[in-house]
Amino acid sequence: MAEQHKDSIRVALAGQPNVGKSTVFNLLTGLSQHVGNWPGKTVEQKAGTCEFDSLTFDLVDLPGTYSLSANSPEELIAREYIIREKPDVVVAIVNAATLERSLYLVAELLPLGVPLVIGLNMIDVAEQQGLSIETHVLEAALGVPVVPMVATKGRGVRELLTRIQDIACDGAGYQPNPPDIRADHKQVLQRIEELIDSYTPQEYPPTWVALKVLEGDEQITQMMRPRVPQGTWKEIAGIIGQHEDACVAVASGRYSWIARMVRAAVVKPKVGPITLTDRLDRWATHPLWGLVILVAILALTFALTYALGSPLQKLMDRYIIGGLASLATRFLGGAPAWLLSLVVDGAIHGVGTVLTFFPILLIFFAVLGILEDVGYMARAAYVMDRFMHLMGLHGKSFLPLFLGFGCNVPAVLGSRVVESPRARLLTILVAPLVPCTARMAVIAFLAPVFFRAPTLISWGLLTLNLGVLVLAGLLLHKVILRGERVAFIMELPLYHLPNWHTIAIGVWQRLVSFLEKAGTIILGVSLVTWTLSQFPGGTLETSWMAALGHWLEPIGSLMGLDWRMMVALLSSLIAKENAVATLGVLFGQTKSEASIAVALRAAVAPSAALAFLVMQMLFIPCVATVSAIKQETNTWRWPAFAVLFLLIVSLAAGLATYRLAMLFALS
Amino acid sequence: MDRQNQDTISSLSTNHAFSLVELKSGQTARIHSLRGGTGFRSRLAALGFTPGTGVKMLQNLGHGPLIVTVRDTRIALGRGEAYKVWVLSG
Repeated sequence: MAEQHKDSIRVALAGQPNVGKSTVFNLLTGLSQHVGNWPGKTVEQKAGTCEFDSLTFDLVDLPGTYSLSANSPEELIAREYIIREKPDVVVAIVNAATLERSLYLVAELLPLGVPLVIGLNMIDVAEQQGLSIETHVLEAALGVPVVPMVATKGRGVRELLTRIQDIACDGAGYQPNPPDIRADHKQVLQRIEELIDSYTPQEYPPTWVALKVLEGDEQITQMMRPRVPQGTWKEIAGIIGQHEDACVAVASGRYSWIARMVRAAVVKPKVGPITLTDRLDRWATHPLWGLVILVAILALTFALTYALGSPLQKLMDRYIIGGLASLATRFLGGAPAWLLSLVVDGAIHGVGTVLTFFPILLIFFAVLGILEDVGYMARAAYVMDRFMHLMGLHGKSFLPLFLGFGCNVPAVLGSRVVESPRARLLTILVAPLVPCTARMAVIAFLAPVFFRAPTLISWGLLTLNLGVLVLAGLLLHKVILRGERVAFIMELPLYHLPNWHTIAIGVWQRLVSFLEKAGTIILGVSLVTWTLSQFPGGTLETSWMAALGHWLEPIGSLMGLDWRMMVALLSSLIAKENAVATLGVLFGQTKSEASIAVALRAAVAPSAALAFLVMQMLFIPCVATVSAIKQETNTWRWPAFAVLFLLIVSLAAGLATYRLAMLFALS
Repeated sequence: MDRQNQDTISSLSTNHAFSLVELKSGQTARIHSLRGGTGFRSRLAALGFTPGTGVKMLQNLGHGPLIVTVRDTRIALGRGEAYKVWVLSG
């Protein structure tokens, strides 16, 4: 191949989970990256650019996968992208400390025929474990450029880019040594390839297709079956039938090849040193201490949220929202009152609602980012697995549900970490039952108004809420979404020091995605609600909202609640903490909190108040959560189900609470 | 070396093989075979659970998920999953 002049090089970044692929990607692309979805999939796609040596590198981050089988949407996306889009170079990041395992993906990538460069990451970790790796020996064996890297310290990046450039511009020297097939499979594979060769779509390498057919790969089998004449397919099916264990045998073959590749390049210590990971895991995965540590971390997160998040929230409310409101008042001085109200009470209030989530989400995302980055999250999932099993879920669902304590929206979005579609759906459906900070804020306001022991009531409500979550999960698992339990197979990565750059980018991306997905909806619905609560008549008492409340009063009266409480419940649909603001408008002649409390106590009995609190804890998810459910399930069926399900649950629980409270109050 | 291992293993009868869940914390064994559906077996095989490979039990509490090391990687496995991995002692 002659030297080509290129202005840009298309690079796809591949790698298994926990090899530091995102660190490399962040290092290369920084803030140029944009996050979206792979077309038609709920799998995140990251892309970005990088300038080097007057060339533009267009990078796509492929999903992290252990192999390229058809076992998950991520694996399908990764291999389809390489086959169809044919990037100029694929960079495979491998972890030097788990070299054999991470070269498995390389063994799957090489037969696809795209030029490959290997980023041998975490060589510092490998050295700490007493491993020594001769990079050039490995490079000679594989016939593929191997670049030693410590991505967390930025080492090896220039060389990586240089080697990518070399291959993209002049591929003459590139002669890879693809894995050979085990002797006992060679003939079989050859026969299958002969049979399918003329029917294989042009962009697919025939040998690779033959191997996937032999492995029993579902997607490739489905692609090939209709293309091949029936008689020929019968012969292929016969061959596959005789090699039922081919999927394991082919994998074994790849590992034997890897063993040969690394034999000369790697020197392993006879007895590995007792590592930091060994010592930390003695505690973190201990049946008792592991749980204690997890609970302590959760408690610390909540303490931090309240200690830092709430004051920040108040500051933002005073200066940003207050500032915006006074600015609007000044500029709209001559405008009609309704316009001013639309801007201040509708739009700016909506912005305020979105903003108030920010400090809390920032803390939650940061804590989660750190725990993920240092490697603790997998341990938390392991410790929680026993409990999640009750609901037909496994430990991995704990992570998104934990986010739900901050806000249910990222909990729903975070359900993507769960691989099985059924477990993901289950996680999404129970996520709205995690008591978010907004709901806790309503309790924090109302419990002291009605009860002498507000802390006890708050804890009681929280416990009840989590109890309902488990029961709902159990019900969904056993009755509604019956199916097999999900396989729990999870790598526990080595612990390492946090990489602040990676964490910061992750927090930023999660915040932006929250803004995009929830912010606009909350703002839009705030305006609609403002209209409903201002027209006709210009006051809440005469509005359509009030009419709706009056219409719902018969249901409310079953639990001792009047129309105003029903309006407050309805307004919590925009954002849960709106209930407080609505009660303020409906019960506060003056704006002081004390007068609202007095008016509330006069209108609502404690038993009814308790019923109200229970109901608002379990009520229909807020619009932002509903829309997140719609996005993640790609259908209206499940958000509709969640709304109906929680409506029934909350009404039933409210009613039961009221009756029980009356009973105890009487006796 | 690898080939030799596989040959010796296939010559042994399945009677000596036992399920991974019976392996106690700290003990080591070699993978004999994987059971279950194609998807499950290929997932585990890709992670390095191939016949002949050494496996060390790091934590087996007798209930709940367990932790093993395979090819320098720690992997948590549900009990149901571990049950389908058959090993030979040694």
